[in-house]
Amino acid sequence: MNDSTKSAVDYSAFPDDRGHFGQFGGRFVSETLIYALDELQEIYSSLKDNDEFQAEFDKDLAHYVGRPSPLYHAERWSRELGGAQIYLKREDLNHTGAHKVNNTIGQALLAKMTGKSRVIAETGAGQHGVATATVAARLGLKCQVYMGAEDVRRQALNVYRMKLLGAEVIPVTSGSKTLKDAMNEALRDWSTNVDDTFYIIGTVAGPHPYPKLVRDFQAVIGREARAQCLDMTGKLPDALVACVGGGSNAIGLFHPFLNDDTVAMYGVEAGGDGVETGRHAAPLNDGVPGVLHGNRTYLMEDENGQIIETHSVSAGLDYPGVGPEHAWLKDLGRVKYVPINDQEALAAFRKTTRTEGIMPALESSHALAYVEKLAPTMSPEQIIIVNLSGRGDKDILTVADIDGITV
Amino acid sequence: MSRISQTFSELKQNGRKALVAYIVNGDPTREATLPAMHKMVEQGVDIIELGVPFSDPMAEGPVIQKGHERALEHHVSLTDTMAVVAEFRKTNQSTPVLLMGYANPVERMGYSVFADKAEAAGVDGLLTVDLPLEELTDLKRELDSRDIDNIFLLAPTTRVERARDIAANASGFLYYVSLKGVTGAGHLDVDSVKQKLTEFGALTELPMCVGFGIKDATSAKSVAVLADGVVIGSVLVDAMGKAQGQTPDQIAEAVGAIISDIRQALDSL
Repeated sequence: MNDSTKSAVDYSAFPDDRGHFGQFGGRFVSETLIYALDELQEIYSSLKDNDEFQAEFDKDLAHYVGRPSPLYHAERWSRELGGAQIYLKREDLNHTGAHKVNNTIGQALLAKMTGKSRVIAETGAGQHGVATATVAARLGLKCQVYMGAEDVRRQALNVYRMKLLGAEVIPVTSGSKTLKDAMNEALRDWSTNVDDTFYIIGTVAGPHPYPKLVRDFQAVIGREARAQCLDMTGKLPDALVACVGGGSNAIGLFHPFLNDDTVAMYGVEAGGDGVETGRHAAPLNDGVPGVLHGNRTYLMEDENGQIIETHSVSAGLDYPGVGPEHAWLKDLGRVKYVPINDQEALAAFRKTTRTEGIMPALESSHALAYVEKLAPTMSPEQIIIVNLSGRGDKDILTVADIDGITV
Repeated sequence: MSRISQTFSELKQNGRKALVAYIVNGDPTREATLPAMHKMVEQGVDIIELGVPFSDPMAEGPVIQKGHERALEHHVSLTDTMAVVAEFRKTNQSTPVLLMGYANPVERMGYSVFADKAEAAGVDGLLTVDLPLEELTDLKRELDSRDIDNIFLLAPTTRVERARDIAANASGFLYYVSLKGVTGAGHLDVDSVKQKLTEFGALTELPMCVGFGIKDATSAKSVAVLADGVVIGSVLVDAMGKAQGQTPDQIAEAVGAIISDIRQALDSL
């Protein structure tokens, strides 16, 4: 018998064994990669519930990443908005400064177990590239990172960080020279060097089993937040808010709460110049289902099915697709996906910096900007947890540039 | 019998190998494609594989990526590509044409609409690089009901039990990807191709063609002895790129010259 307070859908049971979340997800790749994905799936299935593997992962998260990350009650900001109590999940305090490392630690352990000597990654803003280069340095793995030539230019600091860590950054000059093209190139590399190479995908997209395994590695965020919230307040939060590019920090926070019907969830997409202008990166608000990078999901495309360029002040959200689990959660209505434009995100960046002394990444600033709208509609007894997915140091030059200041 | 099966059956009777040739529709210009297709047939191509331009051709090497980019500069679409096939069919009813591309343009059009239009245009087969067997069920149903062959890839990494499933679902011919990697790569290993073709050949009656690393008469010959046919692509797309700015007839001549060489090599076997 179904407990009437429980969800009709058991969210933890998805994806199915072929990686489908309803019509989304799956494995849309060329035949050459099927074997590599089968191999990855077999290894992951055998290790997922293996105590030794889990213990090593937990140990690295505790002693190398610095977990658990705090859940911080932003009292001053909450008071100012006069609505719900706002709690920040401080992923910005992780080693390397963002949630990305939770996943690269997990995948690097898988790489080690498979005995592959080389890892590759795609990166947009460079955060995932840095997190991959970091774990590769620690494990002594050869590391090459594909990055759109346009992003290499925009993110010079992260390019240099990766080089210092011993990784080789390969600029991608095909297509629009951004994250999506970097992912194409990484897939091409993987299909060529599949014998000795492990591909560390940075988000909950790509072919099965990536959306599942990246989610599982990132779900530590939500598990901690759930326990911390119960511990600090004696109850579950009323709402969760997180930014969504590919969607790994959002899934990481949301997933352990999906079966809790009373918890509302908001995924915040990059509205760029405004969804109505077409210059944005919000496929869940203004896209259609299609196939890209190995999975079926919502995409930004033209009437002929060609993928179009995206726009966002935040390089980490500048991607035309989104993880398939988000596409599914949108259609089920379990999570509400909303856009926040560049100006709103920049205002939230400044606001959080001045009000709480915390400088958020521009990606996370999108989530914070939505909290500014949501909190005043709720009562002071209610709780919002927002994922502060990364710190803003990397964005200082971007913000200075917008201010017309040369640092 | 489909036009593709008919072609293989005639080739077999005459003891000849199939030459399958790939170009991207609309590369380097919209006007270049149709004359090039006719010239390819005139110089000995048995089956034309017409590339559908896509913004993110993830299985292609740099040469064919450039071909897709050139075509997309003129916004060449899947609809345009089927229109070219329909135009080709006005004067050629015997040479099979298959479309090779990626899933998203077909998804956008809708499977059933696509299959109707493809049938009406005279398309004989479809090879969708990123629709492996597991994800193909719905589209395959539409193609099967209209006698359009679905062409599957087999890779060096394909396990035998999987190859058996693929062969059981395939029609027309099977396309063996001769190397791990993208189109136009340079590390063709004939011994490994031989071993795999023997292994996979035992699973099926379907003709087997080899592609992905064949760039000239010599490499075409070395692989053709092992298979029922060869697929060439990058070498033609490269020539079309280099001929950019020339007239459609000149571009067709450039492509024709390459094909004539390879045809002679295959016929000398």
